[in-house]
Amino acid sequence: MSDIADRVRKIVVEHLGVEEEKVTENASFIDDLGADSLDTVELVMAFEEEFGIEIPDDAAETIQTFGDAVKFIKEAQQ
Amino acid sequence: MRRVVVTGLGMVSPLACGVEETWKRLLDGKSGAGQIERFDASHLATTYACEVPLGDGSDGTFNPDDWMAAKERRKVDDFILYGMAAADQAVKDAGWTPEDEESRLRTGVMIGSGIGGLQSIAETAVLIKEKGPRRVSPFFIPGALINLVSGQVSIRYGFKGPNHAVVTACSTGAHAIGDAARLIQWGDADVMIAGGAESPISEIGVAGFNACKALSTKRGNDPQAASRPYDEDRDGFVMGEGAGVVVLEEYEHAVARGAKIYAEVIGYGLSGDAYHITAPAEDGDGGYRSMEAALKRAGITPEDVDYINAHGTSTMADTIELGAVERLMGEAASKATMSSTKSSIGHLLGAAGAIEAIFCTLAIRDQVAPPTINLDNPAIEPKLDLAPNTKREREIDVALSNSFGFGGTNASLVLRRVAG
Repeated sequence: MSDIADRVRKIVVEHLGVEEEKVTENASFIDDLGADSLDTVELVMAFEEEFGIEIPDDAAETIQTFGDAVKFIKEAQQ
Repeated sequence: MRRVVVTGLGMVSPLACGVEETWKRLLDGKSGAGQIERFDASHLATTYACEVPLGDGSDGTFNPDDWMAAKERRKVDDFILYGMAAADQAVKDAGWTPEDEESRLRTGVMIGSGIGGLQSIAETAVLIKEKGPRRVSPFFIPGALINLVSGQVSIRYGFKGPNHAVVTACSTGAHAIGDAARLIQWGDADVMIAGGAESPISEIGVAGFNACKALSTKRGNDPQAASRPYDEDRDGFVMGEGAGVVVLEEYEHAVARGAKIYAEVIGYGLSGDAYHITAPAEDGDGGYRSMEAALKRAGITPEDVDYINAHGTSTMADTIELGAVERLMGEAASKATMSSTKSSIGHLLGAAGAIEAIFCTLAIRDQVAPPTINLDNPAIEPKLDLAPNTKREREIDVALSNSFGFGGTNASLVLRRVAG
């Protein structure tokens, strides 16, 4: 696992109060991890803070799963 | 008119988490005051307050984990946490957590707050200044809004009846109980979860009330002696925090399900001073009219009143209220007992009236009036027994509770023992 994935997983576990094992590649924040629309807004803010990046609203809407988040952040950091 | 009774009680107070533990300590004359531990208050004019005792939940301490999951707690200000804890205790005490849709449709919530999420607002303002508006949490607004105690309680238990929240400064808790009782009387609901919650002990809260010259400042070396209603040496109120919530129920509804009935809400009066933004009218006329209206609604005379839980904040206003009560009671003053429980728990602002209505309910249940502690040297010779430093075991059929707030808003509740 990459360092980025570990850091994203830690944020998801903390914010959504879910078991670490449940945060898999295709786990959807809303459908699988119990988030509501406000939770996802807060998650994106936490990713921005952690990685020092800016995630525009239209991009944020495409981040639906753990895998989406890791992929977006990796690309944003390149 | 439909009758309304109290069938459940819940409380988080500076003396303890829980109704019975708080009541026991109150009757024992304990104080909930101490140096502020929540944050560094050493630079403020007042360094002490009545904080809720945090702990693992044993021995009357308040353990946040017992009432809201950490994940949910992060999203709300403390006043909502306290309100949720008190509401949970109250509905369980009443045995009222219905699963059927009809019962849920007929159950409403009216839990108010004087100020709401003051600390969250202060922290978010600083965050915007330091990091900009994009860092503001999506949970800031729903975590700070006053009516979100009522909202959260309704969501947790599925209560779909009237959902409302009172905001009348320090009369909030009394107005909430009175207004909720009227919704039951009018048939808008059969059961109402009602009360108040407050968490003002923060830098901005203390500094704000210090600026109003409302808080005690001179007892940094002995905080437990600072809240001393009616005493010659009082110098302002001591800030408290917590929540009080009652379950109000239509009488026949309570009887039909075999609920425990603590007392009946027989009177409720309201008035405005039309005088000053923070000071009560000097002749006490607003408080007088609110008590008079409550007695009239209850259909009783001053002679029927056994116990009065005063607003009595430990400020100059104490003697104004005392004068109004003596005017109301007339000859009957000499056989009534009046105390200010703020001497023990401080002033819980929007939660005060609800907690004090609960104390009146327990005074009726146990036939005992709690003491006014720290009353060593009365500022004026009272015509009533103010129960200085010692509880009074006595007959209490009828109890009156007063709450007065900034803006000149007054509320009085009358509770009566239910036979049987």
